[in-house]
Amino acid sequence: MSYTNFVLAHLRKDLQLEWRAKDSINGMLFFSLLVVVVFSLAFDPTAYPAIARQISGGLLWVGLLFASMTALNQSWSRELRNNVLDAQRLAPSPASTLFLGKAIANFLFVTAVEIVLAPVFAVFYNLHPLGQTWKLLFILPLGTWALVVNGTFFAALSLRTRNRELLLPLVLFPIAMPALLAMIQATTDVLTGQFEPTLWIKVLIAYVIVFTIACILLFETILQAD
Amino acid sequence: MTNSRKLQTAGLLWFLLTLLVLAIGFYQACTAPTEATMGNLYRVFFYHFPHTILSFVFPYLNCFASFAFLYWRQRNPERALAADAFALASAQVTVVYASVGLATGMLWGRAAWGIWWTWDARLTTYLLLWLLYVSYVLLRRLSASGQTEVLSAVLAIFAAIDIPICFMSIRWWRTQHPAPVFGGGADSGIDPSMYPAVLWNLAAWAMWGAFILGLRYAIERRRQRRDTAAAHQYLSASKSPSYGEAQ
Repeated sequence: MSYTNFVLAHLRKDLQLEWRAKDSINGMLFFSLLVVVVFSLAFDPTAYPAIARQISGGLLWVGLLFASMTALNQSWSRELRNNVLDAQRLAPSPASTLFLGKAIANFLFVTAVEIVLAPVFAVFYNLHPLGQTWKLLFILPLGTWALVVNGTFFAALSLRTRNRELLLPLVLFPIAMPALLAMIQATTDVLTGQFEPTLWIKVLIAYVIVFTIACILLFETILQAD
Repeated sequence: MTNSRKLQTAGLLWFLLTLLVLAIGFYQACTAPTEATMGNLYRVFFYHFPHTILSFVFPYLNCFASFAFLYWRQRNPERALAADAFALASAQVTVVYASVGLATGMLWGRAAWGIWWTWDARLTTYLLLWLLYVSYVLLRRLSASGQTEVLSAVLAIFAAIDIPICFMSIRWWRTQHPAPVFGGGADSGIDPSMYPAVLWNLAAWAMWGAFILGLRYAIERRRQRRDTAAAHQYLSASKSPSYGEAQ
């Protein structure tokens, strides 16, 4: 089997598991819906459309970030049941294929949540974007991959620590700060139409390339940590 | 035994020398000419500047030590443990120096700008540096004992990759902190009469940093040796048949 086939096999397994249980997608969807409602309690978005445009980019990403936290923890803890992870460590396939399969699966889950969440956001926050909305088609997947690639990696890193649910955001958020800044700025630029988001898309691309490589290279070390 | 005795003497001498240089630095900072616009207020600069500059040096030591740990992990476990102790010590010194840098900066900002904090490029980057190494220290605290070294070494590499990306992206984002005082263009630089105070203080705090790093390293090495000895004792005790009777 080639490297791609290994990745696809891992991906298929994760998609199948999720298709049968639908735990993480349902959890994430409902969680991010709750976040949307809670944020709209904090200010009145329909009364101040200009403010809504300014801040809803940030709110969208913060909601997605918190929602993906719940799914990232689950995606590895299901490998712990019946000692599946120990079997994975003995498997002859390269360790990074396991990581890539899971990262792509998580990426697809978060993207599915975004597809549902974006219209809800536009309706609830009465959003009328002033920039070129099609650019969001680049920004959303890039931002999601930036969150998910490091998120999957650090979820694996904090897998066997004490209180892993606590540790994941503590190590992930500081590392993800530049990516968060770039995706929030780019989304806000598109919504307000005041600036071109090009610079921030470039930052996101650089971040994604650098950290995808770092994750693939270091995953074996994490998996065989003890 | 004589070796460790020698090291202790060297450490003590280094400590005394550091105290001397710190005293000279303090004297120089208090006697340097008064600044044109800020008056005596600017003297916090002699304390703020060395700490911030040095807290960008220790993370590199941490990163190198982490790489060294991962390289030696399988090849030379004893040396890998030493590298890990050094990585831990340098991360903790980074957090201490960055905390002092943040605190003095905020005090100075309150007096000079009228506000404690502003989301300016340099301040934000610096806060992120502090957050990254606090998260490193937290990971060491929370991870299971057998994996701490590997996991924290990987996190250290991620943090080191993150610092330049942070630095550049936040520079594009906002730019109230004055432009770099040294090497920041034609208008930058300080009056030559202030150089002795800056250099003495930089040397003094670098020596102090090296001292606490060495001390922390020695303590961590001692803890590692104690743990290894305890493990060996436990292994040999459980192997020997007389263990049950001796109890």
